[in-house]
Amino acid sequence: MTTTTEPSTGTTMSLSRALNTGLRAALADDPAVLVMGEDVGTLGGVFRVTDGLAAEFGSDRVMDTPLGEAGIVGTAVGMALRGLRPVCEIQFDGFVFPAFNQITTQLAHLSSRTRGAAHLPLVIRIPFGGGIGAAEHHGESPEAYFTHTPGLRVVACSTPADAHTMIRQAVACPDPVVFFEPKQLYWERGPVDTDLGSAPAMDRAVVVREGSDATLLAYGPTVRTCLDAAEADEERSLEVIDLRSLNPLDTATVAASVARTGGCVVVHEAPVFGGYGAEVAARVTEHCFDALRTPVRRVGGFCAPYPPSRLEHHYLPDLDRVLDAVDRTW
Amino acid sequence: MSGAEGQPLRLLDAEGVYRDHPDLRADFDEAQIRGLYRDMAMVRRLDTECLALARQGELAVWTPLSGQEAAQVGSARSLLPGDMAFPTYRDHGVAWCRGVPPAALLAHFRGVAHSGWDPREYRLHPYSVVVGGHALHAVGYAMGAAAQGTADAAIAYLGDGAMSQGEVNEAFVWAAARRAPVVFVCQNNQWAISEPVERQSAVPLAERARGFGFPGVRVDGNDVLACRAVVRDALARARSGHGPTLVEAVTYRMGPHTSSDDPRRYRTAEEERVWLRRDPLARLRTHLSRTDTDPEKFLASVDEDCDALARELRHACRTLPDPRPGEIWEHVYAQTHPLVAEERGWYADYLDSFEETP
Ligand SMILES: Cc1ncc(C[n+]2csc(CCOP(=O)(O)OP(=O)(O)O)c2C)c(N)n1
Repeated sequence: MTTTTEPSTGTTMSLSRALNTGLRAALADDPAVLVMGEDVGTLGGVFRVTDGLAAEFGSDRVMDTPLGEAGIVGTAVGMALRGLRPVCEIQFDGFVFPAFNQITTQLAHLSSRTRGAAHLPLVIRIPFGGGIGAAEHHGESPEAYFTHTPGLRVVACSTPADAHTMIRQAVACPDPVVFFEPKQLYWERGPVDTDLGSAPAMDRAVVVREGSDATLLAYGPTVRTCLDAAEADEERSLEVIDLRSLNPLDTATVAASVARTGGCVVVHEAPVFGGYGAEVAARVTEHCFDALRTPVRRVGGFCAPYPPSRLEHHYLPDLDRVLDAVDRTW
Repeated sequence: MSGAEGQPLRLLDAEGVYRDHPDLRADFDEAQIRGLYRDMAMVRRLDTECLALARQGELAVWTPLSGQEAAQVGSARSLLPGDMAFPTYRDHGVAWCRGVPPAALLAHFRGVAHSGWDPREYRLHPYSVVVGGHALHAVGYAMGAAAQGTADAAIAYLGDGAMSQGEVNEAFVWAAARRAPVVFVCQNNQWAISEPVERQSAVPLAERARGFGFPGVRVDGNDVLACRAVVRDALARARSGHGPTLVEAVTYRMGPHTSSDDPRRYRTAEEERVWLRRDPLARLRTHLSRTDTDPEKFLASVDEDCDALARELRHACRTLPDPRPGEIWEHVYAQTHPLVAEERGWYADYLDSFEETP
């Protein structure tokens, strides 16, 4: 049904496939790892991220769960307490909230509460973001709820290469990791190197395009938007940084860039007000106040619930809105 | 009323043969039976058309109900005008019975609005996309209706998968503790996307009700007469202050989960064939052909109505106006909100700036 051949260095595959490959490696490497969620087994996930894994590792290690997100995360916490390393799938961004209590009051606190006695190497995978013409609750960007919660590491991948290495790093991480996957990019293809040795650490930001006039900060789906904007801008040289890790934030990489360019725009799909970009803007201001020509500009979703799909192109930050913000860094 | 376990309550068997049941009050006259058949045929046609529209890209997605017409029509036709229904994304038959115009129904699936109707006008809440998110609302609504001294009831529609959600179980606790005038209709269509109902429950779903402290009834969800009789009685019970009932309508989702799902990945063609023989529509048609005074004429008129509906749907779909960008900010708050006003104004100017450039 599915191929199980390990890709060699530099194999090209989709982001969904790269996650699949990473999860397969994690399951093969460590018998404590298991995958759990709605429709992750027989179906292989609605985005096919777990395709073929149940057939290979069995339905106890790739588990179709009852339909309840609090249950998925709550039982995963218990399994972790017993020494397993669960990778939970939340089917869509908008459906993480039944698990919100488990994630924020239980999972995030247990290490502190037990003074480090409880280990919670849990990964919660969440497809996020819009742009796929989907129904209500299928296009949201809830990352700020989690970046605001101490005790959680929060990351977002944007390329097949990162998807593969970051999911493996997340599974290996001793802390709980909320792992955001840009659903708009699941079928984007790119090279994947299965050798983890050369990969940057999970909590490092990466300069994905060098430039000298302004810095664009992005993660997940907006990395592509920013690269497109930088490409389209013929007059200015724009640096693009893929933050990758939202909590912790790689302030050093960001600050070094902004100190050089003197302009900064942070771009995400989530609403701007109270969004993750506000934290980034504040930190950049603290570190680069003297270098900045103007305040850090933020581009993102509006003060409104994610709209019906025929309006999403207005809601989502696009190339033009990014360049409009770049204009306002002078 | 009995029947939380074992054979579901039934009046019409799979061959369309009618048998009285001691627990069911079935006094439907010809006009009522015709009405139920017509409703089911119309929503079946609505479903087929909308799935086709989704496949043609006219709708962003569609959630087919085929196979579940009896459960939806039988239950929703038992509601009184003052009752309130809380549906899932698959309950187009309920929307039909509440009188929601087809174009309004399509708005959600074409992506022009999150919900296309005024819930107060049709006494139908917006479709619940977050599985189980609406169950507590039905309970609270029912508590409100009781507090106001009315005899209105609420009905909450749930799938078999939804029965696993914590909030749904809280809804059962609350409904029981407050004796709320609410009926929970669980359409056990055997599947929650790719997961069979056995993944959700070790016992028949209706049995759970007893533990919460109210009756659970298993009814043949492909028998519209039994569904009608059972839900009518459950609503009457709720109205008279005796509290909630859980009705498990045992049925089958004959089509895909949504227009983007492929059921061959998780279930067998043999299983689908078995359930095809239990088609709720065919069953009532057989019964009707044997008992109606002029079945041919009646069925022909239904066919005509279905064709007209199909034409209306296609037209309505293609002529649904696209929303204006400004609608993003409409109704986010009831009162003016400075950030909403600021963003809305900014975005209008921003769009204008493109038009000025030649
Ligand atoms: C809280 C939540 N989690 C997950 C989903 C994704 N999802 C949509 S429908 C569905 C299955 C629902 O099954 P069931 O309740 O049996 O209803 P059916 O679709 O069969 O009518 C799932 C998992 C969702 N919509 N909401």
